[in-house]
Amino acid sequence: MSEQSKQQSSLLAWFDKRYPLISTWNKHVGEYYAPKNFNFWYFFGALALLVFVNQIVTGIWLTMSYKPSAAEAFNSIEYIMRDVNWGWLIRYMHSTGASAFFLVVYLHMMRGLLYGSYKEPRELVWILGMMLFLVLMAEAFMGYLLPWGQMSYWGAQVIISLFGAIPVIGPDLALWVRGDFVISDVTLNRFFALHVIALPLVLVILIFMHIVALHQVGSNNPDGVEIKKYKNDKGLPIDGIPFHPYYSVKDSMGAVFFMTLFALVIFYAPEGGGYFMEAPNFEPANPLKTPDHIAPVWYFTPFYAILRAIPDKFLGVVAMGGAIAVLFAMPWLDRCKVKSIRYRGLSFKILLTILVVSFVVLGWLGTQPATPELTKLAQIFTALYFMFFLVLPFTSVNEKTKPVPERVT
Amino acid sequence: MSTEEQNDMSVNLQRRKILTGATGVVGAAGATFLAVPFVSSWQPSEKAKAAGAPVNADISQIQPGQMLTIAWRGKPVWVVRRTPRMLNGLAALDGQLRDPASQESKQPEYCQNPDRAIKGEYFVVVGICTHLGCAPLFRPAIGSPDVGADWQGGFFCPCHGSRFDLAGRVFQSVPAPTNLVIPPHHFLTEHLIRIGEGPADKGVA
Repeated sequence: MSEQSKQQSSLLAWFDKRYPLISTWNKHVGEYYAPKNFNFWYFFGALALLVFVNQIVTGIWLTMSYKPSAAEAFNSIEYIMRDVNWGWLIRYMHSTGASAFFLVVYLHMMRGLLYGSYKEPRELVWILGMMLFLVLMAEAFMGYLLPWGQMSYWGAQVIISLFGAIPVIGPDLALWVRGDFVISDVTLNRFFALHVIALPLVLVILIFMHIVALHQVGSNNPDGVEIKKYKNDKGLPIDGIPFHPYYSVKDSMGAVFFMTLFALVIFYAPEGGGYFMEAPNFEPANPLKTPDHIAPVWYFTPFYAILRAIPDKFLGVVAMGGAIAVLFAMPWLDRCKVKSIRYRGLSFKILLTILVVSFVVLGWLGTQPATPELTKLAQIFTALYFMFFLVLPFTSVNEKTKPVPERVT
Repeated sequence: MSTEEQNDMSVNLQRRKILTGATGVVGAAGATFLAVPFVSSWQPSEKAKAAGAPVNADISQIQPGQMLTIAWRGKPVWVVRRTPRMLNGLAALDGQLRDPASQESKQPEYCQNPDRAIKGEYFVVVGICTHLGCAPLFRPAIGSPDVGADWQGGFFCPCHGSRFDLAGRVFQSVPAPTNLVIPPHHFLTEHLIRIGEGPADKGVA
């Protein structure tokens, strides 16, 4: 052993004696055995973490120039865009990052549905993930108020009014959330506090728990078989490979591909054709006039379309909340023993297709004006969306599945 | 003290239980009291509560069929000068409305009439949709293209498609549950109205 490496290892030893460095690294990275057959769908968890880091870093830089007051907010954003060195880039990284976050999270959730990653023993991984999704939606919603544009203002007005639809306590609850009789400086200031401190902290804790829970039960895979069933004489899964270097290299490659695409959007289409940043938001908030056509950012539109489809205030809110809440119950609604769609019956494939198509169509409808014809269409696809969750418990019990292989293929 | 010694001594479980229980109860009471300031800190401040003063509006310049928007408590308040044709068309819509007589809706007593106004010609209303709080659009023309061919004039909310007639009364099978809210108001002179205070509260606020 050379003098230098001896010194290094003794420093490491000094550290390890005082902090569980090596054992933590091994448990979660160096000796975390993941199935060897991960495919394309398995990029999105790591990418979600990458985007999260992007949001935190760019967010910290944005707070250095942003002013959270109704009088100054809109102008301070223009100041960031025009006068702050590289401010435009940092802001576009943050605003485009929000859309990228939802894109990778939706694909990450899709992976879970395809391969049954929510099933026993991974129910908690799924539930923690759903909680992350919920907090992420709150985080994105509050962030969207901060530029204090027309869409910021009226979007917040609509969403906070949702609380007002709850019987008895609703109006007082909405008042409590706003802190004023209308959306005002008070609301903006508190949303800023929640957006930059409270919710990011909750996200960090939930991400930590999501990963700890995953590493406790082990990763699922496209075949939906448990690799822990077959171990070699060292007690390691035969079909598993250590996360590092195998998946750290694979995920790094995915990250580079992703960042290339991300950069292209930031440089050439930062507003995403009006879907990432909506045209009315380039106008300062005006409490006296709603924009002629208001729609949320694309990642909320499926749920927004469900809200609009129901011609009753309270039931509309219930349906919208239910569309998210019902996903929490997936581990128990799906009663089929087979995990992966590869070996599942036709009924599940049809149902999942209907769910995905409904979600996409509702997403499109949510961006469109509420004409009577489109509202009819939204009602049909809302019904189809919920049908998935209503029918699944019955079809999944006696599903005609294919034989599941013993080991990953 | 080694573990063995500890095991030898009989641990007073009873005492531990009482101490844990007492700490828990006192701690929970303390946490409840501590929560009060944090929760009620989110309620509207004294400053926000004080900002609700009445406003005056000069309505002499509104032409028949036109609308004026005034800010009151940060909300839009509309004054629409309705033509006789608009007023005569209201009764015919009763069958298509959710609350034609405004029994479930919010308005001062002196406006709970077929025109929902003190003087039929001047319709004063809070321009906030009773669904989720957007400001509806004024679409007075018959058959306005974005609302529909059988449209008789009224208000259309672009957010979720709620429709209201020219007395702010909500149509059936739209998301908004009740008619648009009428604020307390009264006429100071023929062309000057005061919004935020009713005829009976004169001089109070």
